[in-house]
Amino acid sequence: MRWYWIDRFIEFESGRYAKAIKNISLAEEYLHDHFPGYPVMPASLVIEGLAQTGGLLVCEHGGFREKVVLAKVPKVVFYCEAVPGDTLTYTAALDYIRDDGAMVTATSHKGSKLHAEMEIVFAHLNNGSHQGKTLFEPKDYLSMMRMLRAYEVGHGPDGSPLQPPPGLDS
Amino acid sequence: MPTQEEVFEKVRGALVEALGVDEEEVTPQATLVGDLGAESIDFLDILFRLQKAFNIKIPDKELLPQDILTNPEYVVDGRVTDAGIAELRKRMPFANLDSFAANPNVQDLANLLTVADMCRFVESKLATAG
Repeated sequence: MRWYWIDRFIEFESGRYAKAIKNISLAEEYLHDHFPGYPVMPASLVIEGLAQTGGLLVCEHGGFREKVVLAKVPKVVFYCEAVPGDTLTYTAALDYIRDDGAMVTATSHKGSKLHAEMEIVFAHLNNGSHQGKTLFEPKDYLSMMRMLRAYEVGHGPDGSPLQPPPGLDS
Repeated sequence: MPTQEEVFEKVRGALVEALGVDEEEVTPQATLVGDLGAESIDFLDILFRLQKAFNIKIPDKELLPQDILTNPEYVVDGRVTDAGIAELRKRMPFANLDSFAANPNVQDLANLLTVADMCRFVESKLATAG
């Protein structure tokens, strides 16, 4: 299983906001346990998708130099269910960024209907190592961004096309 | 420049949002860790909210000067030396460190911070910015 809880970026403005979509399909195995005969997208996985949308926004802003991890969800509210056949649109806006972390507000919509809203606190790990191994490499984030087609839709604050950080694109 | 009352109300608002406590629990004497249940990650959340509420910059490690707390010149066997306490008093004029100085276990410093300390911290930042 690959831990991707968004399918594609549809908008991405570096340092400001990003929008991604998550298509919910009966082909996803977890739906058959949640719940048997009544498949509903688990709230925890919506939270993860919103965090991935916001987390990559934060990562990209730092040139993929920081190890960005989901640290705290101060507030999350769900207003309705998301079920197979729905396409969720996740929007993450960067509220604040510091050297030690960032704060993002995010929403999930089913069409025009608000499905969920959330505050997210990300932390930048000091060196990102565990048992002598680095948790993430910058190229890992870059690979995700490419798979999610961020560079096809993304742009910088000045409107120029979003580019991978220099030296990383090889 | 906001009044002390206005500063307290905004600090209280930030703590209520970050820690999920009721307004009534946020008294000036309440400690963030002991009374309000703050954990280390909550301090990051609190600082974000204070920066936004007051439009101030709070550089990393300014609230709790890690460079002192991790310096072997100032911390020996988990306890802050007299020189370290003197440095902390200079860097943290907003906090009352007398009780900490009586038993200066480095791990206890964060536990002593009160709501009133946070208000004085914000006031000092506002005074510098203004």
